Amino acid sequence: MPLRVLVLYAHPSHDRSRANRVLRAAIEDVAGVTLRDLYDAYPDFFIDARREQRLVEEHDVLVFQHPMYWYNVPALLKEWQDAVLELGWAYGEGGDKLHGKHFMQALTTGAHASSYRHGGHAHFEIAELLRPFEQMAYYCGMRCLPPFVTHAARLIEDPALEAQAVRYRELIAAIAAGRLPAAIETISSRAE
Amino acid sequence: MHDHGFLQQALVYLAAGVITVPIFKRLGLGSVLGYLVAGVAIGPWGLRLISEPGTVLQFAEFGVVLLLFLVGLELNPSRLWALRRPIFGLGSVQVLATIAAVAALGLALDQPLAVSLVAGMGFAMSSTAIGLATLAEKNLLPTPGGQASFSVLLFQDLAVIPLMLLLALMSGKSGATAFDWVAAAKAVAMIGLLVVAGRHLLRPLLRFVANTELREVFVGFSLLLVLGIAALMQAVGLSMALGAFLAGVLLADSEYRHELELDIEPFKGLLLGLFFIAVGMSVDVGLFLHTPLVVLGLALGVVALKIVLLYVVARPFYCGRTDATLFALGLSQVGEFAFVLFGAASQFLPRPTIDLLNAVVATSMLSTPLLMLAHERFVVPRLARAAPRPADVISENNPVIVAGFGRFGQIVSRVLGGAGIATTVIDHDPNQIDMVRRFGSKAYYGDATRLDLLRSAGADKAALLVVAVDDVEAALAITRLARQHFPRLRLLARAHGRTDAFEYVEMGVPAVRETLGSALDAAQAALRVLGFHPHSAWRIAAQFRRRDEALLVEHAPHRHDQKKLIAVSQQARADLNALLREEAARLRSAEDGGWR
Repeated sequence: MPLRVLVLYAHPSHDRSRANRVLRAAIEDVAGVTLRDLYDAYPDFFIDARREQRLVEEHDVLVFQHPMYWYNVPALLKEWQDAVLELGWAYGEGGDKLHGKHFMQALTTGAHASSYRHGGHAHFEIAELLRPFEQMAYYCGMRCLPPFVTHAARLIEDPALEAQAVRYRELIAAIAAGRLPAAIETISSRAE
Repeated sequence: MHDHGFLQQALVYLAAGVITVPIFKRLGLGSVLGYLVAGVAIGPWGLRLISEPGTVLQFAEFGVVLLLFLVGLELNPSRLWALRRPIFGLGSVQVLATIAAVAALGLALDQPLAVSLVAGMGFAMSSTAIGLATLAEKNLLPTPGGQASFSVLLFQDLAVIPLMLLLALMSGKSGATAFDWVAAAKAVAMIGLLVVAGRHLLRPLLRFVANTELREVFVGFSLLLVLGIAALMQAVGLSMALGAFLAGVLLADSEYRHELELDIEPFKGLLLGLFFIAVGMSVDVGLFLHTPLVVLGLALGVVALKIVLLYVVARPFYCGRTDATLFALGLSQVGEFAFVLFGAASQFLPRPTIDLLNAVVATSMLSTPLLMLAHERFVVPRLARAAPRPADVISENNPVIVAGFGRFGQIVSRVLGGAGIATTVIDHDPNQIDMVRRFGSKAYYGDATRLDLLRSAGADKAALLVVAVDDVEAALAITRLARQHFPRLRLLARAHGRTDAFEYVEMGVPAVRETLGSALDAAQAALRVLGFHPHSAWRIAAQFRRRDEALLVEHAPHRHDQKKLIAVSQQARADLNALLREEAARLRSAEDGGWR
C-alpha cells in the first residue's frame, strides 16, 4: 500500500548548504512525498500549529531532514516540535492523531563516522544522541525507523555524495511504496 | 499671414508628415527621407500647397536647436571633455581637407577661385539634423562611429563662425574687421555667462518651477529655457544650436535630466520633421529638371568625395571599419549650414551659381537615408562577418527601481543598498529630490506613471520595481502600466489600505499595507506596557498579522459587493478576536498542561 510521506526540511542557510541541497533534490519529486521547507515557510519562527497539524494528519510518515546542530535539530525544527505536537493532539487525552504513523530522521553531520563512538570526539553514538526523537515518536504513538545518516557533510567528495543521494532516494521511494524498513525496538525491548 | 492661412498651413504640414512618414518607415526608408519627400510633394514644385517655404525653414530650425539640447543632455562635461580629440582633431582635419579638395577640383574644372572656395566651405558642412536624426533613429549614437559623427558635427557648428567671417571679407565689406574683437569678446563672455548661470542658477530655477506641480508650466519652462538660450547666442553671433547644446551639457548631471528629455522630445520630433519638410520644399526641382545631369552628377560627386574623405580621416582615429563606414555615410550629405554660407556668398557670386549649389545641397540631403539603408542591408552584414562585434555600450541600469522616495521608499531603498543592491530612484517631488541629494543619495525627478520614464529608468531590464508612491491612484496606475508593458519585471506595491490592497490581490501583485507593520508594532508595545510578556505580545501581533493577511486574500473577490463584504468582515473579525483571546489565554495560563 503506498504511503504519503511528509519531509520537514530544516536548514537555516539552504543557500550555502551542499549536502542537504543535493539530498533534498534527490527526493523532492518522488511520488507521494510532500517536501516542506520550514525556514522558507516561517522566516519569523512563528509556526502556524493548526496548519502544520492538518498537514501531518494527511500523511503516514513523518521525516525530519536536517543538519545536526549541537547534537540536535536546528532551532526552527525544535520550535516546530514545541508548537505542533500539542497536548490533546499528539499526546495525552485525545492526543492520538499520530498513532500508527512512522517517524524517521535524515541527518547530516559535520564529523566523520568514527567520531560518534565511545572514546571518539563526540563520545556518543548517533543512536544515543537521537534518543530524544526516538522517545518523542514513542510518546506520540509512532514507530521510529532507523535514521539515514550522511557523515562529514562538509568534506564528503562529490561522487560519494551522489551515491548517498541515490541511496536516500531509493529509501524514500521504498517507504512511499509501502516497503518500510524494520523499526527500532530499543524502547520496547527495554520495557520488557 | 492670415489666421486661416496659418491653420491651412498647419493642416498641410501635419497631413503631409502623417501620410508620408509611416509609409516610408514601413518601406524601411526611414522617417527623414519621408519628411523630405513630403516637402517636395507639397512644395512649389509639387502640389504647390505652400508658397513660401523660406519662412517655415527659419522657424523649423528650432528643431535642430532642440535636437542639440537633447544631445547635450546625454553628455555631461566629463564625457564631453573625453571627446575633445575627435571634436578638434577629427573635426578640423575633416573641414580643412574637404575645403581643399573641393576647391582644387573646382579650379581643375575651370571654375573661378571664389566659386571653388565658397563651394568648398559649403560642402565641408554636414547636416546635424539628418546625421544625428538618422543615427538616433537606428540607435547608433552611442557607438564610436556615432560619437565621431557627433564630434565632427559639433566642430562644424563652431567652424561656421570663422567661415562667415571669411565670406564677409571676400565680399569686400571688410569694414567689419574693426569690430571683430568686440564681437569675439561678446561671444566668449556669453558662453562664460551661460556656464556660470547653468551651474548655479538653472537647478534652483527648475526646482522652483517643478514645485508648482503643474506639468505644463514645467514643459513651458523647458522650451523657454532652450529657446531663450538660443536667442541669446544668436544675439552675439553664435550658432543657436551650439548654445542649446551647451545648456544641455550643463544640465546633463541634474536630477531633471529625464524629465527635460521627455518634455522636449515631442517638440523636437515635430519641429525636426517640419525642418526636413522645409528642406524638401526648397529643392529646386525646376533646375533639376532643366539640367538633371549637372545637378545629379555634382551631388553624387560631392557625396562620393565626402564619403572617401571622411573615411580616410576617420580611420586613424577610429580603426574599426564598421565605425568608419558608418561615420562616412552618416555625414556624407551637405548640411543646412551650406544654405547659410551660400546665402552670405550670394552678395558676390552670380545668382545661377548659388541656385545650382543650393540644388546640389538639397539633392545630397536626399541621398543620406538611402545610403544608410544600403549600408544596413549590404555593408553591415558583410562587415559583421569579417570583424568581431565592438564592445557593448555600458549602461548603468540598476536591478531595482524604486518609484517614490518618501518616508516609505527611502527605507526600502536603504535596506536594499545595505544588502549591496543598487536602486534607481524616481520621485515627483522636487524638494524631496533636493533633500535626499544633499544626503548623498541619487534620485531622479519624474512622474513614474509615464511609460517612457519607466523605460528610461531601465524597467525593461530591471528585476524588480517597488511602487512606493504615496498616491493610491498613481500607485495602481504605475502597477498596471508596468504589468502591461514589462511582463518580466517583478512588482512590489505599497498599499494604502484594504481597498487598494484588494486591487493588488486581484492583480496578483504582492502589496504591503503601509501602516500595518507600524500599527502592529504599536499594539505590541501597548500589550507590553500592560504587563504581557514581550514574547507573548509579539505572538499576538504576529497572529493578527497572519490572519489578517489571509483574510485579505479571502475577501478580495467580494470587494465590489459592499453588503457581502461587511458581512464576511464582521464574521472574520469575530473569528479573529476569538483566536487572539485563545492565544492570549494559552500564553498566560500555566495550567493547560502543555509545555508552553
